[in-house]
Amino acid sequence: MSEHVMSSKFYYTIWIALLGLTVVTAAVSFLDLGPFNVIVALVIATVKALLVVLFFMHVKYASEKLTKIVIVSAIFWLFLLLALSMADYATRLWS
Amino acid sequence: MSDSPIAVEQHGPELLHHFVDAEQQRDAASLGMWLFLATEIMFFGGMFCAYLIYRFWYYNEFAAGSRSLDITLGTVNTAVLICSSLTVALGVRAAQMGKRKLLVVLLLLTIVFGFAFLGIKGVEWYNKYEEHHIPGPSFNVDDLIKAYPQIHIDPQHEQIFFSLYFAMTGLHALHMIIGVVMFAFLSYYAWKGRYTPKYYTPVEMGGLYWHFVDIVWIYLFPLLYLIDRHH
Repeated sequence: MSEHVMSSKFYYTIWIALLGLTVVTAAVSFLDLGPFNVIVALVIATVKALLVVLFFMHVKYASEKLTKIVIVSAIFWLFLLLALSMADYATRLWS
Repeated sequence: MSDSPIAVEQHGPELLHHFVDAEQQRDAASLGMWLFLATEIMFFGGMFCAYLIYRFWYYNEFAAGSRSLDITLGTVNTAVLICSSLTVALGVRAAQMGKRKLLVVLLLLTIVFGFAFLGIKGVEWYNKYEEHHIPGPSFNVDDLIKAYPQIHIDPQHEQIFFSLYFAMTGLHALHMIIGVVMFAFLSYYAWKGRYTPKYYTPVEMGGLYWHFVDIVWIYLFPLLYLIDRHH
Protein backbone atom coordinates (compact mmCIF):
# COMPACT_ATOMS: atom_id res chain seq x y z
CA MET A 1 0.00 0.00 0.00
CA SER A 2 2.04 2.90 -1.21
CA GLU A 3 1.32 6.55 -0.70
CA HIS A 4 -0.62 7.54 -3.75
CA VAL A 5 -2.44 10.83 -3.64
CA MET A 6 -4.84 11.17 -6.55
CA SER A 7 -5.88 14.60 -7.83
CA SER A 8 -9.27 15.83 -6.67
CA LYS A 9 -10.27 16.19 -10.33
CA PHE A 10 -9.90 12.41 -10.65
CA TYR A 11 -12.39 11.85 -7.82
CA TYR A 12 -14.85 14.35 -9.32
CA THR A 13 -14.69 12.46 -12.63
CA ILE A 14 -15.58 9.16 -10.92
CA TRP A 15 -18.39 10.95 -9.04
CA ILE A 16 -19.89 12.35 -12.26
CA ALA A 17 -19.68 8.90 -13.87
CA LEU A 18 -21.49 7.33 -10.90
CA LEU A 19 -24.25 9.96 -10.96
CA GLY A 20 -24.61 9.58 -14.74
CA LEU A 21 -24.95 5.80 -14.49
CA THR A 22 -27.58 6.22 -11.75
CA VAL A 23 -29.70 8.43 -14.02
CA VAL A 24 -29.25 6.03 -16.95
CA THR A 25 -30.26 2.94 -14.96
CA ALA A 26 -33.32 4.69 -13.50
CA ALA A 27 -34.40 5.86 -16.99
CA VAL A 28 -33.82 2.47 -18.64
CA SER A 29 -36.02 0.77 -16.03
CA PHE A 30 -39.10 2.38 -17.64
CA LEU A 31 -38.39 0.75 -21.01
CA ASP A 32 -39.66 -2.76 -21.61
CA LEU A 33 -36.60 -4.77 -22.63
CA GLY A 34 -37.99 -8.15 -21.59
CA PRO A 35 -35.38 -10.23 -19.79
CA PHE A 36 -32.75 -7.57 -20.53
CA ASN A 37 -34.17 -5.19 -17.91
CA VAL A 38 -32.58 -7.31 -15.17
CA ILE A 39 -29.34 -7.77 -17.09
CA VAL A 40 -28.90 -4.07 -17.92
CA ALA A 41 -29.71 -3.02 -14.32
CA LEU A 42 -27.24 -5.50 -12.82
CA VAL A 43 -24.48 -4.70 -15.35
CA ILE A 44 -24.79 -0.97 -14.59
CA ALA A 45 -24.79 -1.71 -10.83
CA THR A 46 -21.64 -3.82 -11.24
CA VAL A 47 -19.89 -1.08 -13.23
CA LYS A 48 -20.76 1.41 -10.47
CA ALA A 49 -19.54 -1.00 -7.77
CA LEU A 50 -16.28 -1.52 -9.69
CA LEU A 51 -15.73 2.25 -9.97
CA VAL A 52 -16.18 2.59 -6.20
CA VAL A 53 -13.98 -0.42 -5.33
CA LEU A 54 -11.15 0.32 -7.76
CA PHE A 55 -10.89 4.09 -7.40
CA PHE A 56 -12.64 5.29 -4.22
CA MET A 57 -11.38 2.32 -2.19
CA HIS A 58 -7.94 2.51 -3.87
CA VAL A 59 -7.82 -1.16 -4.82
CA LYS A 60 -6.47 -0.34 -8.29
CA TYR A 61 -3.46 1.73 -7.31
CA ALA A 62 -2.63 1.13 -3.69
CA SER A 63 -3.44 -2.31 -2.40
CA GLU A 64 -1.54 -5.42 -1.52
CA LYS A 65 -1.82 -8.61 -3.54
CA LEU A 66 -3.16 -10.31 -0.41
CA THR A 67 -5.98 -7.75 -0.19
CA LYS A 68 -6.90 -8.43 -3.80
CA ILE A 69 -7.03 -12.18 -3.10
CA VAL A 70 -9.40 -11.54 -0.18
CA ILE A 71 -11.70 -9.45 -2.39
CA VAL A 72 -11.77 -11.96 -5.23
CA SER A 73 -12.40 -14.83 -2.77
CA ALA A 74 -15.25 -12.93 -1.12
CA ILE A 75 -16.93 -12.39 -4.50
CA PHE A 76 -16.35 -16.06 -5.36
CA TRP A 77 -18.03 -17.23 -2.09
CA LEU A 78 -20.98 -14.98 -2.84
CA PHE A 79 -21.16 -16.44 -6.34
CA LEU A 80 -21.16 -19.98 -4.88
CA LEU A 81 -23.98 -19.06 -2.48
CA LEU A 82 -26.16 -17.53 -5.20
CA ALA A 83 -25.37 -19.93 -8.06
CA LEU A 84 -25.71 -23.19 -6.13
CA SER A 85 -28.90 -22.03 -4.38
CA MET A 86 -30.49 -21.01 -7.68
CA ALA A 87 -29.25 -24.24 -9.33
CA ASP A 88 -31.47 -26.04 -6.81
CA TYR A 89 -34.57 -23.83 -6.79
CA ALA A 90 -34.60 -23.10 -10.51
CA THR A 91 -34.55 -26.80 -11.48
CA ARG A 92 -37.07 -28.21 -8.95
CA LEU A 93 -39.90 -28.13 -11.47
CA TRP A 94 -37.91 -30.12 -14.03
CA SER A 95 -38.93 -33.75 -14.21
CA MET B 1 15.22 4.47 13.32
CA SER B 2 17.87 2.93 15.51
CA ASP B 3 20.21 0.33 14.06
CA SER B 4 19.58 -2.08 16.92
CA PRO B 5 16.50 -4.28 16.52
CA ILE B 6 15.94 -4.37 20.29
CA ALA B 7 16.30 -0.68 20.90
CA VAL B 8 13.45 0.81 22.91
CA GLU B 9 12.02 3.68 20.98
CA GLN B 10 9.29 6.19 21.30
CA HIS B 11 6.30 4.97 19.33
CA GLY B 12 3.46 7.05 17.99
CA PRO B 13 0.21 5.48 16.76
CA GLU B 14 1.75 5.33 13.27
CA LEU B 15 4.16 2.57 14.37
CA LEU B 16 3.24 0.20 17.19
CA HIS B 17 6.10 -1.85 18.58
CA HIS B 18 4.99 -5.20 17.08
CA PHE B 19 5.27 -3.97 13.49
CA VAL B 20 8.47 -3.74 11.44
CA ASP B 21 7.55 -0.46 9.82
CA ALA B 22 4.62 1.87 9.25
CA GLU B 23 3.84 0.37 5.87
CA GLN B 24 3.50 -3.13 7.35
CA GLN B 25 1.17 -1.74 10.02
CA ARG B 26 -1.01 -0.04 7.41
CA ASP B 27 -1.15 -3.16 5.25
CA ALA B 28 -2.18 -5.25 8.28
CA ALA B 29 -5.00 -2.83 9.10
CA SER B 30 -6.15 -2.79 5.48
CA LEU B 31 -6.12 -6.59 5.20
CA GLY B 32 -8.09 -6.93 8.44
CA MET B 33 -10.67 -4.41 7.22
CA TRP B 34 -11.09 -6.23 3.90
CA LEU B 35 -11.53 -9.56 5.73
CA PHE B 36 -14.28 -7.93 7.78
CA LEU B 37 -15.89 -6.61 4.59
CA ALA B 38 -15.73 -10.16 3.14
CA THR B 39 -17.84 -11.36 6.08
CA GLU B 40 -20.21 -8.45 5.48
CA ILE B 41 -20.60 -9.52 1.84
CA MET B 42 -21.77 -12.94 3.05
CA PHE B 43 -24.00 -11.32 5.70
CA PHE B 44 -25.87 -9.28 3.08
CA GLY B 45 -25.41 -12.11 0.55
CA GLY B 46 -27.79 -14.35 2.49
CA MET B 47 -30.54 -11.75 2.15
CA PHE B 48 -29.83 -11.18 -1.54
CA CYS B 49 -30.03 -14.95 -2.01
CA ALA B 50 -33.41 -15.11 -0.20
CA TYR B 51 -34.63 -12.23 -2.37
CA LEU B 52 -33.60 -14.02 -5.59
CA ILE B 53 -35.29 -17.28 -4.59
CA TYR B 54 -38.58 -15.69 -3.51
CA ARG B 55 -38.64 -13.42 -6.55
CA PHE B 56 -38.27 -16.55 -8.68
CA TRP B 57 -41.18 -18.24 -6.85
CA TYR B 58 -43.56 -15.29 -6.39
CA TYR B 59 -42.73 -13.18 -9.43
CA ASN B 60 -46.12 -11.40 -9.70
CA GLU B 61 -46.14 -10.30 -6.07
CA PHE B 62 -42.53 -9.13 -6.25
CA ALA B 63 -43.20 -7.13 -9.43
CA ALA B 64 -46.29 -5.45 -7.92
CA GLY B 65 -44.49 -4.71 -4.64
CA SER B 66 -41.46 -3.31 -6.44
CA ARG B 67 -43.63 -0.99 -8.52
CA SER B 68 -45.27 0.35 -5.35
CA LEU B 69 -41.91 1.77 -4.17
CA ASP B 70 -41.13 5.43 -4.87
CA ILE B 71 -38.53 5.41 -7.66
CA THR B 72 -37.89 9.19 -7.37
CA LEU B 73 -36.97 8.97 -3.69
CA GLY B 74 -34.93 5.82 -4.40
CA THR B 75 -32.95 7.54 -7.17
CA VAL B 76 -32.39 10.68 -5.08
CA ASN B 77 -31.15 8.53 -2.21
CA THR B 78 -28.73 6.74 -4.53
CA ALA B 79 -27.35 10.12 -5.60
CA VAL B 80 -27.07 11.22 -1.95
CA LEU B 81 -25.01 8.12 -1.12
CA ILE B 82 -22.76 8.63 -4.15
CA CYS B 83 -22.14 12.23 -3.01
CA SER B 84 -21.26 10.93 0.47
CA SER B 85 -18.77 8.49 -1.09
CA LEU B 86 -17.17 11.44 -2.91
CA THR B 87 -16.76 13.42 0.33
CA VAL B 88 -15.24 10.32 1.97
CA ALA B 89 -12.74 9.83 -0.89
CA LEU B 90 -11.83 13.54 -0.81
CA GLY B 91 -11.58 13.30 2.99
CA VAL B 92 -9.02 10.49 2.82
CA ARG B 93 -7.12 12.62 0.29
CA ALA B 94 -7.21 15.62 2.66
CA ALA B 95 -5.83 13.37 5.42
CA GLN B 96 -3.05 12.15 3.12
CA MET B 97 -2.05 15.76 2.50
CA GLY B 98 -2.40 16.80 6.13
CA LYS B 99 -5.17 19.35 5.54
CA ARG B 100 -6.82 19.17 8.94
CA LYS B 101 -9.66 21.68 8.48
CA LEU B 102 -10.61 20.33 5.06
CA LEU B 103 -10.67 16.80 6.50
CA VAL B 104 -13.01 17.84 9.33
CA VAL B 105 -15.33 19.65 6.89
CA LEU B 106 -15.46 16.64 4.54
CA LEU B 107 -16.11 14.19 7.38
CA LEU B 108 -18.94 16.39 8.69
CA LEU B 109 -20.38 16.70 5.16
CA THR B 110 -20.39 12.89 4.96
CA ILE B 111 -22.43 12.79 8.18
CA VAL B 112 -24.87 15.34 6.71
CA PHE B 113 -25.32 13.15 3.59
CA GLY B 114 -25.75 10.11 5.88
CA PHE B 115 -28.57 11.84 7.78
CA ALA B 116 -30.13 12.97 4.48
CA PHE B 117 -30.19 9.37 3.27
CA LEU B 118 -31.73 8.12 6.55
CA GLY B 119 -34.31 10.94 6.47
CA ILE B 120 -35.44 10.12 2.92
CA LYS B 121 -35.51 6.42 3.83
CA GLY B 122 -37.68 7.30 6.83
CA VAL B 123 -40.13 9.16 4.56
CA GLU B 124 -40.35 6.09 2.32
CA TRP B 125 -40.95 3.80 5.30
CA TYR B 126 -43.64 6.17 6.61
CA ASN B 127 -45.40 6.07 3.23
CA LYS B 128 -45.39 2.27 3.43
CA TYR B 129 -46.87 2.52 6.94
CA GLU B 130 -49.68 4.74 5.65
CA GLU B 131 -50.36 2.31 2.78
CA HIS B 132 -50.56 -0.63 5.26
CA HIS B 133 -47.65 -2.29 3.44
CA ILE B 134 -45.71 -3.09 6.62
CA PRO B 135 -45.93 -6.87 7.31
CA GLY B 136 -48.03 -7.64 10.36
CA PRO B 137 -51.68 -7.62 11.53
CA SER B 138 -52.59 -4.41 9.64
CA PHE B 139 -50.97 -5.56 6.39
CA ASN B 140 -53.26 -4.94 3.44
CA VAL B 141 -52.57 -5.07 -0.31
CA ASP B 142 -56.08 -4.52 -1.69
CA ASP B 143 -54.70 -1.38 -3.38
CA LEU B 144 -52.16 -3.45 -5.35
CA ILE B 145 -54.74 -6.13 -6.21
CA LYS B 146 -57.01 -3.38 -7.58
CA ALA B 147 -54.15 -1.67 -9.44
CA TYR B 148 -53.06 -4.86 -11.23
CA PRO B 149 -56.25 -6.83 -12.02
CA GLN B 150 -54.49 -8.74 -14.83
CA ILE B 151 -52.18 -10.62 -12.45
CA HIS B 152 -52.95 -12.82 -9.46
CA ILE B 153 -51.59 -11.40 -6.21
CA ASP B 154 -51.54 -13.57 -3.09
CA PRO B 155 -51.37 -11.28 0.01
CA GLN B 156 -49.26 -13.86 1.88
CA HIS B 157 -46.65 -13.83 -0.87
CA GLU B 158 -46.82 -10.05 -1.12
CA GLN B 159 -46.03 -9.95 2.59
CA ILE B 160 -42.82 -11.89 1.90
CA PHE B 161 -41.74 -9.18 -0.57
CA PHE B 162 -42.29 -6.44 1.97
CA SER B 163 -40.64 -8.47 4.76
CA LEU B 164 -37.53 -8.73 2.61
CA TYR B 165 -37.78 -5.06 1.62
CA PHE B 166 -37.83 -3.94 5.24
CA ALA B 167 -35.20 -6.45 6.36
CA MET B 168 -32.76 -5.46 3.60
CA THR B 169 -33.26 -1.68 3.73
CA GLY B 170 -33.40 -1.88 7.54
CA LEU B 171 -30.12 -3.75 7.80
CA HIS B 172 -28.59 -1.29 5.35
CA ALA B 173 -29.92 1.66 7.37
CA LEU B 174 -28.44 0.12 10.54
CA HIS B 175 -25.07 0.07 8.79
CA MET B 176 -25.57 3.73 7.85
CA ILE B 177 -26.31 4.64 11.48
CA ILE B 178 -23.14 2.81 12.62
CA GLY B 179 -21.23 4.66 9.88
CA VAL B 180 -22.56 8.05 11.00
CA VAL B 181 -21.50 7.34 14.61
CA MET B 182 -18.07 6.20 13.39
CA PHE B 183 -17.65 9.37 11.33
CA ALA B 184 -18.67 11.51 14.31
CA PHE B 185 -15.72 10.02 16.23
CA LEU B 186 -13.42 10.45 13.21
CA SER B 187 -14.46 14.11 12.90
CA TYR B 188 -13.74 14.73 16.59
CA TYR B 189 -10.27 13.16 16.46
CA ALA B 190 -9.49 14.84 13.15
CA TRP B 191 -10.41 18.18 14.69
CA LYS B 192 -8.10 17.34 17.62
CA GLY B 193 -5.31 16.84 15.09
CA ARG B 194 -4.73 13.13 15.67
CA TYR B 195 -4.47 12.31 11.95
CA THR B 196 -1.38 13.28 9.99
CA PRO B 197 0.02 12.31 6.57
CA LYS B 198 2.05 9.67 8.49
CA TYR B 199 -0.96 8.25 10.31
CA TYR B 200 -4.49 8.43 8.94
CA THR B 201 -5.36 4.70 8.98
CA PRO B 202 -8.64 5.16 10.94
CA VAL B 203 -9.89 7.66 8.33
CA GLU B 204 -8.96 5.25 5.55
CA MET B 205 -10.60 2.23 7.25
CA GLY B 206 -13.75 4.22 8.08
CA GLY B 207 -13.78 5.22 4.42
CA LEU B 208 -13.59 1.59 3.27
CA TYR B 209 -16.60 0.79 5.49
CA TRP B 210 -18.59 3.73 4.15
CA HIS B 211 -17.85 2.85 0.51
CA PHE B 212 -18.88 -0.76 1.20
CA VAL B 213 -22.26 0.36 2.57
CA ASP B 214 -22.62 2.51 -0.56
CA ILE B 215 -21.98 -0.55 -2.76
CA VAL B 216 -24.65 -2.57 -0.92
CA TRP B 217 -27.14 0.18 -1.81
CA ILE B 218 -25.88 0.26 -5.42
CA TYR B 219 -27.21 -3.34 -5.67
CA LEU B 220 -30.31 -2.89 -3.48
CA PHE B 221 -31.51 0.01 -5.64
CA PRO B 222 -31.92 -1.90 -8.95
CA LEU B 223 -33.14 -5.11 -7.28
CA LEU B 224 -35.84 -3.43 -5.18
CA TYR B 225 -36.84 -0.44 -7.32
CA LEU B 226 -35.86 -0.98 -10.94
CA ILE B 227 -35.91 -4.46 -12.44
CA ASP B 228 -39.72 -4.86 -12.36
CA ARG B 229 -40.56 -1.23 -13.12
CA HIS B 230 -41.52 -1.64 -16.83
CA HIS B 231 -44.94 -2.99 -18.11
